[in-house]
Amino acid sequence: MIQDIILQNSPALLLAVPMLGAFATPLFGRISGTVRNAWVLLVMAATLAISLVLGFEVLTNGTMVYTFGAAAPSLSIPADSGGIPIRIIFTVDAMSVFMAISASIVAFAVTLYSLVSQKMSTGKDGYYALLILMLVGILGMVCTGDIFNFFVFLEINSLAGAALVAYRVDKGLAVEGGLKYAVISTLGGLMVLFSVALLYGQYDTLNIAMIAERMQFTFLDQVALVMLIVALAMKAGAVPMHFWTPDAYSMAPSAVTALLIVASQASLYGVFRVAFTLYGVALNWVTIGWIVIILGVLSMFVGVTMAIPQKDVKRLMAYHAVSQTGYMLLGVGVGLAVLGDPEMMKLFGLTAMEGGIFHIINHAMYKGLLFLTAGAIFYQTGTRNLNKLGGLGHSMKWTMLFFIIGALAIAGIPPFNGFASKLMIYESVFLFNPLLSIIAMVVSVLTLASFVKVFHSIFMGPKLPEYEEVKEVPGPMLAGMGILALLVVLFGIFPQQIVDILIAPAAGALIDQSGYIESVLGGI
Amino acid sequence: MDMSRIVRTTANVLLPFILIYGFYIVMHGHLTPGGGFQGGAVIATGIVLLFAAYSYTDLKEKVTLGALKNSETLGLLLFIFTALLALTAGFAFFGNWLVNGGAIFGDMVAFGPNPGDLNTGGVIPIMNLAVGIEVLGAMGVIILSMLSGIQEDA
Amino acid sequence: MFYNLPFIVAGLIIMVGIVTMVFKRNLVKMIMGLSLVEAGVNLLLVAIGYRAGGIAPIFTNAPDAQMVMPTVQAMTLTNIVIGIATTAMLLSFVMIIYRKYGTADAGKMRKLRG
Repeated sequence: MIQDIILQNSPALLLAVPMLGAFATPLFGRISGTVRNAWVLLVMAATLAISLVLGFEVLTNGTMVYTFGAAAPSLSIPADSGGIPIRIIFTVDAMSVFMAISASIVAFAVTLYSLVSQKMSTGKDGYYALLILMLVGILGMVCTGDIFNFFVFLEINSLAGAALVAYRVDKGLAVEGGLKYAVISTLGGLMVLFSVALLYGQYDTLNIAMIAERMQFTFLDQVALVMLIVALAMKAGAVPMHFWTPDAYSMAPSAVTALLIVASQASLYGVFRVAFTLYGVALNWVTIGWIVIILGVLSMFVGVTMAIPQKDVKRLMAYHAVSQTGYMLLGVGVGLAVLGDPEMMKLFGLTAMEGGIFHIINHAMYKGLLFLTAGAIFYQTGTRNLNKLGGLGHSMKWTMLFFIIGALAIAGIPPFNGFASKLMIYESVFLFNPLLSIIAMVVSVLTLASFVKVFHSIFMGPKLPEYEEVKEVPGPMLAGMGILALLVVLFGIFPQQIVDILIAPAAGALIDQSGYIESVLGGI
Repeated sequence: MDMSRIVRTTANVLLPFILIYGFYIVMHGHLTPGGGFQGGAVIATGIVLLFAAYSYTDLKEKVTLGALKNSETLGLLLFIFTALLALTAGFAFFGNWLVNGGAIFGDMVAFGPNPGDLNTGGVIPIMNLAVGIEVLGAMGVIILSMLSGIQEDA
Repeated sequence: MFYNLPFIVAGLIIMVGIVTMVFKRNLVKMIMGLSLVEAGVNLLLVAIGYRAGGIAPIFTNAPDAQMVMPTVQAMTLTNIVIGIATTAMLLSFVMIIYRKYGTADAGKMRKLRG
């Protein structure tokens, strides 16, 4: 009986449980710090469990539709409305569930890590509440089927993220990074709202499935498409709008940076949802596909070339995050460009899309792991400057092992997960246009070179006198990093199973616009 | 540094009217324009009037940061519990499980234009009240934090 | 032309806001520009909901005419609340930056380069 209620209401519980956790955190914080830490960990574990239950339900039974505020969850069209869905409807298909599971896993690992790394700071009630609210924003963005609701969750996400970036107010540098992040996010959000206003003014509805059904590609729709893609790509950190990325990612506490990466990928999910489902058959696929491909190639190249001369470990990793976003844009862009041609689609288009989507979860894991190791180094030594660090391999053995796993994964070396997704992207993009594939491989080689440099200057060499007392980091931090490292290795050893269970349904759901419309409107 | 006697007396006289007006807007949210956020902002304006008439250092012990943070948390928890209780009543999340039911706020709603009845609406007035309490707490915390930041510089 | 006037005015306010954000050096003026852009988008949203001869969607003592849909007004209200939270957070950031750096000039925010 209770299981039925949970199963039937799982899209709503996916949001309600973390919201309740975030609102009750100050109350528990008043009792004691340990009680609050236990409560936050419990809430994150519960969210992970609910997202796995929802994932299992959607992958076996198809797209799940949940109506908020109705007499029953599946009543999306009331009897007297004339066939128009009028409430906020959550449309959870395979792609949404894939993003929700990857976000929940990273958030759980990050919370374990923060239990120790934030021990010395004040204002921890606000920190944990904002961390959970950021997860609420990400989960809401990927599960919703209503475009104004997407904007509201995007703003929740950006505000919580900006406040967390500026968390360390004692020096002023972090607040400058937070200010830049907040201004860029708000401007992007306002551009999204402008497009929503244009779309509502023409079609009188806010539901994504309904707009997709009524879409005629007028001039105002083209303006709305350009503004939506530019604003969401700006939030995802694609070149040429990437200037906020190094400042925000390097100044935030390391645990927060790992979750900011997931937030940027949720905006990337927004780009794909707009291109494939909201506009769908009305688009000129080759043009839009090539625009996405060019954004991807620029991001890959500019990201890795700006990363090589960096001296600060986290700024270097932030530029690499920009570069890896380019891989995702390239893979899905190739799939978008050949969407109109069924046999080229079957030959390499579907593999390119699966490679791009698989890269999303791989990137969240290995980039999160790398940022957490950089945070561990900063926790023990107090500096992030590569010129000052050295010889830490003698004392921080576990951190060195996790860093090696993350660096080999990002460079695309087997048997780690980066190799699996990059191989899918290389071989399918080569059939589309060989030049793009060669650029991708060159970028991969440059990535490996820059991480070899970082590894050498942090961990190799003789033990320096000022780091005599540096020991290994405490248990919960290692546990958080260990979860992500274990998943990196597992996804690398069994990629075919992961692709069959999670990724291929996600790519299929993204392409299938008419199935999406039919599940909400009931096959009219 | 206080304001003059005229300003302080006017603030004393006006404050109860502002508070009652704010709560009127909150409670009648389902009948007339207004609702949770608008009423909470009016009540917060009353608090700002108090801080403008008397100085921050005088009022710091009477209108405390702790009381405003408490009201913010109370408002948020009331909101999310009202939404979650709809799940146990068989509705979807955020469903209106009290409307036309005969319990609190449960009178039958007349159809079409009518002089409004306060006892209707179901879950809506309860959520308006929760949002009003929350907004007054949040705005008060913002005003107090900014004022204390200015005091630190000066 | 007269019927398009609200949309033209909204577009003008958005452009004035963007020009203010780009060309002013003081951080507080930059935040004012952001607030102007938001006001312009709110005006655009409310102007889209206009229907000639309609009345407000309130049933209490309503006269006898067609009511407009309340969706647009709900969107505008949500955006106003989001705007308040954003502006409060940005102004707190500016206060802290002024205290740490001693200046509120955007040209001097050069500590994070490269």
